[in-house]
Amino acid sequence: MTRSPLWLSVLSLGFLALWISVASVPFLWTLWGSFKVEADFFSKQDWRYALHGIRTMAETGGAFTGAGYEGAWIKEEFWKATINTAIVTCSVVTISLTLGTLGGYALARSGFRYAFWILIIALIFRAMPHITLVSGYLLPFFQLNIWGHLTTTIIVMVAINQPFTLWMLHSFFLNIPKDLDESAMVDGCTRFQAFRYVIIPVMWPGVITTGLFSFLLAYNDFALTALLLTEENQTMVPKIAGFLGNAQEQGNVMYAVSAVVSATAPLFVLVMVFQRQIVSGLTAGAVKG
Amino acid sequence: MPHRTFLTFIWPSALAMLLFIALPIISVGVQSLHIEHEQVVETVKNCGPFGCKEVEVINADATAQLQADKPLGRFNGLGTYTNRNHLAFEEISAAMQAGGGPGAFFGAVFNLPFYKALAFTLTYTFVVTPFVLILGFFIALSVNRLPGVVKGPTIFVSLLPMIVTPLIGSLILFWMIDSRGIIGGTLQLIFDDPDLSLKASPALTWITLIIYGVWHHAPFAFVVFYAGLQTVPKDTLESAMIDGASRWQSVVHVVLPHLAPLVVFIALIQLMDNFRVFEPVVGFNAEANATSLSWIIYNDLRGSDGTTLFSSAAATSMLTITGVCILLAPVVLRTWRDNRQRA
Repeated sequence: MTRSPLWLSVLSLGFLALWISVASVPFLWTLWGSFKVEADFFSKQDWRYALHGIRTMAETGGAFTGAGYEGAWIKEEFWKATINTAIVTCSVVTISLTLGTLGGYALARSGFRYAFWILIIALIFRAMPHITLVSGYLLPFFQLNIWGHLTTTIIVMVAINQPFTLWMLHSFFLNIPKDLDESAMVDGCTRFQAFRYVIIPVMWPGVITTGLFSFLLAYNDFALTALLLTEENQTMVPKIAGFLGNAQEQGNVMYAVSAVVSATAPLFVLVMVFQRQIVSGLTAGAVKG
Repeated sequence: MPHRTFLTFIWPSALAMLLFIALPIISVGVQSLHIEHEQVVETVKNCGPFGCKEVEVINADATAQLQADKPLGRFNGLGTYTNRNHLAFEEISAAMQAGGGPGAFFGAVFNLPFYKALAFTLTYTFVVTPFVLILGFFIALSVNRLPGVVKGPTIFVSLLPMIVTPLIGSLILFWMIDSRGIIGGTLQLIFDDPDLSLKASPALTWITLIIYGVWHHAPFAFVVFYAGLQTVPKDTLESAMIDGASRWQSVVHVVLPHLAPLVVFIALIQLMDNFRVFEPVVGFNAEANATSLSWIIYNDLRGSDGTTLFSSAAATSMLTITGVCILLAPVVLRTWRDNRQRA
């Protein structure tokens, strides 16, 4: 390859620097601002108040304050929402991976036409906006008296997650050579034994990647959790939305800001640890076409 | 794999989808054909010192009883679909007859809740998708030129807007563009207009939401394109160079054709995801100027006016699902044709 001209390098680096700041500054700014008082972060005089923390110093005596966090976590009981989120996401990931590996394996190994049609139907289900289904859930759930429980939401999320999980794991299983389990079956294994002893040991990279995306779906959901959970069972995201409604009246926007930072932190750690898997997962579907 | 084994493997997953996706769709369909009960009204004689009067009173017990007996409500046929809050046939024909040119007609139509939401949803979908493709492509090209050491951290930062919870991402940006926030304040300074607010006008709100959409989705296109760039055949690139192709020409004639299938894939996923746009409308508090189809369903179900409008939500849901099917039809047809040729 020839060396690229200088102007091109400068242009490309400049563009990238711009993108990097667009992608990261909002997060850094909010993290920084969450340790200030409202009069600084939402300054009527000058946005630079947030940098120096002039009002924060006047009101609390220090340049940083944890008042927002204290208010959100203790006074507004954000810790409860955190526990609920942990329960929901862990259950959803475990259950949908269990169902998804079995189904995805079957779809990848079945040679029949109906497997293709199941995948197409799953694709259409995947495209369905989640909230359209919620209007179908509410009335039956009220009738059966199962509305508002964490368990109900978990089951619903697992089901909504299935189309995506099936697609993803199906394409991972297609990449595992057929000969592997077929030779095990020639040696006298049943299909289940072949799955148990041959496929399960080699499927973990695909399962971990799919699990990450199931996690994100459950963690990031707002449409389902906002409408299917009672107030005390709320997970983090609807809880934050709830803060906005009443906090803006009470002048406690900083509670919401701190809660937002708290809810984003686990996602950052997740990307840091699993960056490679996330990237490979996003491309897995694409490479197959 | 024999049918029996296939079934044993797939039934838990199939059952979950049947119970919580397929059945709810039917339930939504049935619900959309019904409407809430009217309150049971009785005529009672009310006798006072000045003689008797006949008064109409709401019988709360009977209403509750009716509600319990028939929770679906009474049958309404397609009435909910055609009323003012949905397809609004009457209002549209009235607007047509009123005359006044296409401007007045569209003005009237886009004041109707359903068409207002549809207009924003479609605009959002079809503006965000191409911008995501373009931005993602250029980020991928630029990252691909970086030396190995800084690639990892760059990809990490680039992933952040996509990974963040949509509601939280929109809140973070919303607080920054607030007239008391960093971007809002700076814009006021630049345009020298202390009353400038991005929330005030519909056009500015739409632009804000679309910028948010591009910000949120661009990383996805970037990652897919970046992975695609790793597989561009080096030989073809080199021979293009030898044949005298400029850098730009080799991008257009070698790299782009190689990435074409990825463009289709990203566009498909983006169309599906953008059509359900919902959280930004809540996060940006934008419902006065921009509503989406998902948002009006949410608004009906949340019962912000005191009652939950099940039928109205169900009718909008059915219309939205129809929209999704229309959007997906070309893809499904193509896949089906490919599959038939292969078989």
